[in-house]
Amino acid sequence: MTEFFQSLGMSYEWAWAVATLAGILLIALPLMLAVAMIIYVDRKVWAAINLRRGPNVVGPFGLLQSFADGLKVFLQETIIPSAANKGIFILAPIVTFTVALAAWAVIPFSATAVLANINVGLLYILAISSLSVYGVVMAGWASNSKYPFFSAMRAAAQMISYEVSIGFILVGVVLYAGTFNLNEIVMAQKGHGLGIVNGFGFNLLLFPIWVMFFISSLAETQRVPFDLTEAESELVAGYQTEYSSMAFALFWLGEYANILLMCMLNAILFWGGWLPPIDWEPLYMVPGIVWILLKTFFFFFMFSWVMATVPRYRYDQLMRLGWKVFLPLSLLFVVLISGYLMATGHYGAAA
Amino acid sequence: MIQTIAFYMFAVLVIASAVMVITARNPVHSVLWLILAFFNAAGLMVLVGAEFIAMLLVIVYVGAVAVLFLFVVMMLDIDIAAMRAGFVKNAPLGLVIALVLLAELVLGVGAYRVGVMELGTPMASEAPAMMESNTGAIGALLYTKYLFLFEAAGIILLVAMIGAIVLTHRPPKTTRGHQDIGKQNRRNPDEATVMKQPIVGEGVEL
Repeated sequence: MTEFFQSLGMSYEWAWAVATLAGILLIALPLMLAVAMIIYVDRKVWAAINLRRGPNVVGPFGLLQSFADGLKVFLQETIIPSAANKGIFILAPIVTFTVALAAWAVIPFSATAVLANINVGLLYILAISSLSVYGVVMAGWASNSKYPFFSAMRAAAQMISYEVSIGFILVGVVLYAGTFNLNEIVMAQKGHGLGIVNGFGFNLLLFPIWVMFFISSLAETQRVPFDLTEAESELVAGYQTEYSSMAFALFWLGEYANILLMCMLNAILFWGGWLPPIDWEPLYMVPGIVWILLKTFFFFFMFSWVMATVPRYRYDQLMRLGWKVFLPLSLLFVVLISGYLMATGHYGAAA
Repeated sequence: MIQTIAFYMFAVLVIASAVMVITARNPVHSVLWLILAFFNAAGLMVLVGAEFIAMLLVIVYVGAVAVLFLFVVMMLDIDIAAMRAGFVKNAPLGLVIALVLLAELVLGVGAYRVGVMELGTPMASEAPAMMESNTGAIGALLYTKYLFLFEAAGIILLVAMIGAIVLTHRPPKTTRGHQDIGKQNRRNPDEATVMKQPIVGEGVEL
């Protein structure tokens, strides 16, 4: 895009700045629209599994429900509790929302459609996702209220626990792909399954760690069955209890943007990203962005499905799963995968 | 031009937030300023082309260490008046430490201005193969030339971790006994429940 703006007679630096800004808007605005629609999908899927109708009043099939909700919170009064730590109280939803958007900078939507094609893309994602806990912790602390504070404590412990195993799971993927660049990780999956199917998920060594990754991504985004931070039966609404109006909406948007990001990571890291599922020439006629969006949508459906069918974990069970099951298993798989790759000479004769 | 603007922005923010860390009255605010300082330091590292180190700084320090800091500081009930009372008592020690730091800074700047230190010339055979990403370059160096030091550091960390666990571990004192997750999972409805068809007007014999 920089070349295009340069051709309009701008200097390189100006063209770069304008192109980057345009790229950010090109990702962020459709993302917001996608979040609105995905909330609608979530509620519809949940309702269908519960044999209910779900939102069906605003707009055709209730499609405009999320926009109506957005308008509602926009018109509400912003309430800041008098005992709250005002600055941090306001900063917390902004941090949540900003961090949720920042991670999208390195996501490859197709071979060329990526804002920042950096070498350490996967590490960047890991860094940004480890930041998302700050919004929750700041909100819980600044509210100066018991339940939000409990929620913040839970969130901090939960995110740290599951990040460890996510890190080890990603090591498995990186060992196979040999790079941290997300676009190259996608390309490494081309014809990975016997030259027929595209995706690390078809590999027998990588399929189990994908299952762990999927469950960890549920925990990382605080979705059911791991939504201990906003467990309404114990903590009212968790860290969001004292929030109202747009501050509340920012939490909501950030949460769903994070969920979409995790669905997209599932698609990119394990199921071939923007490659078609089968390595067959005519399928490459379909633009890559269609494939990645289809896969993302499928994983989001799985998220909703889990939400509608699985009861919430107890907190000690959550910790046990993270530290006593996923951590040893993911460590074992790092050893197994690197051992297999060394034995089969994946890294050349030097092995 | 953009690099220059970015450098001064990051540099000013690092120093400003570092000053705020020690001047903020609320310890939670201090930790949050510290996080901002980490962030801008990572930004500076990206500017010099060390993107791997920058990401590690964010993942390790911001993502893990600072979260634990925040976790602890939030739960501490810090009495600021009591801390003020200790100020006069600890002032001489603080002054000594400040003087030592100042002397080190002066020495460091002085040594820098004298000239370049002779560290020997790198041999062609030892230099790692130039790779396009510094992730690969760091890996190649760490696992060949500095393998022993790297592994030794790993062992030391492992020992420290086990030591911390041994020091804090206490046997559970609950009277209810331990939960056996496997046992809980093995239970099936047939042996855990009974179906009764009670007759109206009569109770259930359990």
